[in-house]
Amino acid sequence: MNEAVLQCVGVTKSFGDFVAVRDVTFDVSRGEIVAILGSSGCGKTTVLRLIAGLERPDAGQILIRGEVASTPQRQTPPDKRGIGMVVQEYALFPHMTVRQNVAFGLNNLSNDQKKDRVAEVMSLVRLENLQDRYPHELSSGQQQRIALARTMAPRPSAVLLDEPFSNIDAGLRSEVRRDVEEILRVNDIAAVLVTHDRDEAFAIADRVAVMSDGELHQVDTPEAVYHLPNSKRVAQMTATCDFIEGVVLQDGTVDTEAGILAYDTHSSDIEPGSSVELVIHPDDFGIDENESGAMIVQAREFRGDATMLVIALPSGATLRCRQDSHCAITSGRRVDLILNRPGPFAAFSV
Amino acid sequence: MQINSTQHLSPSRSTRIFARVESPPLIILIPAGLVALAMALPLAYLIVRAFGASSEAWELLFRVRTAQILGRSALLVVTVTGASLAIATPLAWLTTRTDMPFRRTLSVLTALPLVVPSYVGAFLAISALGPKGLLQQMLSPIGVESLPEIYGLPGAAITLTLLSYPYTLLTVRAAFRNLDPSLDESARLLGHGSWSTFFRMTLPQLKPAMAAGSLLVALYTLSDFGAVSLMRYETFTWAIFQQYQSAFDRSIAAVLSLVLVLFAVLILMGDGFVASKGRFYRTGSGSARATNAVRLGRWKWPAVAFCVAAVVAALGMPTAVLGYWLVKGVSAGEPLTLVWSATLNSLYVSLMAAVAATVLAVPVAALAVRHPGHLSRLFERVSHTGYALPGIVVALALVFFGSRLVQPIYQTVWLLAFAYVVLFLPAALGSIRSSLMQVSPRIEEAARCLGHGRISVMLSITAPLTRSGLLMGGALVFLVTMKELPATLILGPLGFSTLASRIWSASSEAFFAQAAAPALMLIFISSVPLAILMIRDRSRQ
Repeated sequence: MNEAVLQCVGVTKSFGDFVAVRDVTFDVSRGEIVAILGSSGCGKTTVLRLIAGLERPDAGQILIRGEVASTPQRQTPPDKRGIGMVVQEYALFPHMTVRQNVAFGLNNLSNDQKKDRVAEVMSLVRLENLQDRYPHELSSGQQQRIALARTMAPRPSAVLLDEPFSNIDAGLRSEVRRDVEEILRVNDIAAVLVTHDRDEAFAIADRVAVMSDGELHQVDTPEAVYHLPNSKRVAQMTATCDFIEGVVLQDGTVDTEAGILAYDTHSSDIEPGSSVELVIHPDDFGIDENESGAMIVQAREFRGDATMLVIALPSGATLRCRQDSHCAITSGRRVDLILNRPGPFAAFSV
Repeated sequence: MQINSTQHLSPSRSTRIFARVESPPLIILIPAGLVALAMALPLAYLIVRAFGASSEAWELLFRVRTAQILGRSALLVVTVTGASLAIATPLAWLTTRTDMPFRRTLSVLTALPLVVPSYVGAFLAISALGPKGLLQQMLSPIGVESLPEIYGLPGAAITLTLLSYPYTLLTVRAAFRNLDPSLDESARLLGHGSWSTFFRMTLPQLKPAMAAGSLLVALYTLSDFGAVSLMRYETFTWAIFQQYQSAFDRSIAAVLSLVLVLFAVLILMGDGFVASKGRFYRTGSGSARATNAVRLGRWKWPAVAFCVAAVVAALGMPTAVLGYWLVKGVSAGEPLTLVWSATLNSLYVSLMAAVAATVLAVPVAALAVRHPGHLSRLFERVSHTGYALPGIVVALALVFFGSRLVQPIYQTVWLLAFAYVVLFLPAALGSIRSSLMQVSPRIEEAARCLGHGRISVMLSITAPLTRSGLLMGGALVFLVTMKELPATLILGPLGFSTLASRIWSASSEAFFAQAAAPALMLIFISSVPLAILMIRDRSRQ
């Protein structure tokens, strides 16, 4: 289980003066799904293209099943890597039927074997009866599954998925996502998925790699990158959050406007007396309406499944607080904060 | 403060395709470089010859007569280009944006004069409208003894305009189809009337297409040899041919050719100047909404009359006159067997040129589309040399080159086919390039990731997906090669007569009846690829 199928070690790639990927290091084990989370243009697609052998790194190396596949000097061509890739636009071959598309990667098999394998993967994606259709006759959800079937057919050792769900209607997305996840899990396959949607990354991935400006900032479990981000930027990318300042006390807590709070941190330079910022999520505090409370509700937004309140602290800083849909507190009211969070808050030095 | 908890890190992700900085694979680079080198060869050799020319040849350049020839060429180019624009723009509008009756039929018919070669058009015009021509014979019973002079500028301009306006028509029509109706609608909503909208919104958007069409017409006119010669209008091409045939010092022809090339380059630069001023084409995605047709009302029938007049003048009259001469020729016992051998020769050499140009254009197009960079841009530009070179110039350059350096293929169809390829490769290149651009590199990459090598992907994915572009490129080259005259005359092997050369030799001696059968055959054969092109064009709408 812990055998690393893919390893990127210090991989860097520039296009002219623009550094698209800088010193990226991570690995993916058998059966593991890693999601690279980042905004558009952050270099996450380039990472996939590097792994697939479609781009050559300027520095660093990529190993597949322990063997060196890419270095700046030498690289295994994409057709010899045994890595599957599903791109955002699926790239089905428009002049071939679904059957021909899926069989395209099986050129080493006999015709009978091809037929069997095609039937097998088509049933895996539950589209057995669409084999004679052409890609333009399929819905985008079906195209997506055919693209996945085509990629899975040659039994790749790892699959790369570039924004696999972005072209699917919002209503169907979670269903398709569960299907894809199941297929990957059942086949015990290593997968790297690229997305800009953190909900998607959290829902499907074993580990999330947070990326911006070509760099990986943190690679960890969804819970860890959410609750204990290692930088302000990761905090902003993985959650809706606010920051409050405070001073570290002797006993490992921080004195803030919202009370004395426990903290945890990735950084080593935090000492008693130093100023820090804490990451506050909307569900970290509850509120209590109180005539003599120190905070004021500055704004209220009803969302249907929740009510979002903006709470102004005495200093003028604000925090967002998520309440349930029955919350009747209106703006202008005075309130107190009640700590909900069981664990420590992530802290960064200012 | 904004309340926003469900924001995504980026709302819409645009697919960014980075230009590859890596050097392209040698398997494409080397063939493309060789093609570019071959395409540049005639011009390079011409320059070498011209600068090695005697001082008398260069002195000749500064004589008054040269200026006269230059002036005549310029006058003809300006007249034909302007007249084509004046005919083509209303035709394009009427056949795309209005409710004119018989719109579809007229839309096909108005483009058809493209298949009539200029020398055929010219000999038909002379035989019909010239002194003692058909019209005068018809009118002599009512006392008309002479008609206005057809030879010279009027004849050349009328003939070339009627045969070349379809170039402008096709480009402007395509632009009309691509116009985004929502822009016009926005202009109307902003308070502009229909005239104001037309002049301030529609017309400016058509400008690049008008420029592109006019460029084609101007180059066509400048390089025309057949019509101006038959009409005895002494332009550059005619003067070059005279020098080539008569003078001992052929480098005079080389010097004159170089001036003609400079003229063509000037025209190209003028077009670049118009086209580079901003982007006019629709920037939005998706297909344009269909526009509501403009109701012509009582202008309906005058509009039809205008289109019909153009079709009659450019297509109907020539066909009728051709029919007359054919009947006259056959009844006078004109042997038709000669036409068959000429037809076979024409087909043979045109097919050869079409296949060669298509095959050779592939690496250049692939390099330009898939591996953009300085080198690929250079190769593509150089491969376009033939676009600016009049046929007579390429032919002349290859005469020099062939007779001195590659004697074994001089006076063979190989050198002739090479001339055609130099001249018409740009046509194939354009069509292959655009079809290649339709194939997303992601598709090829997906195939690579499925275990297929570069060659296998090219054969199983790229080739089938660009088939229509390859066919179209080939058809275009075939069409223009069939009609080509000056290179055919100068480089054709002894005794190798094609339809073009037969028509030329008969009509330049005024044996119109002899020219009729090959002319009809030529028009018929070249209509086939044009019909294919037009049907494809329509099915893509």
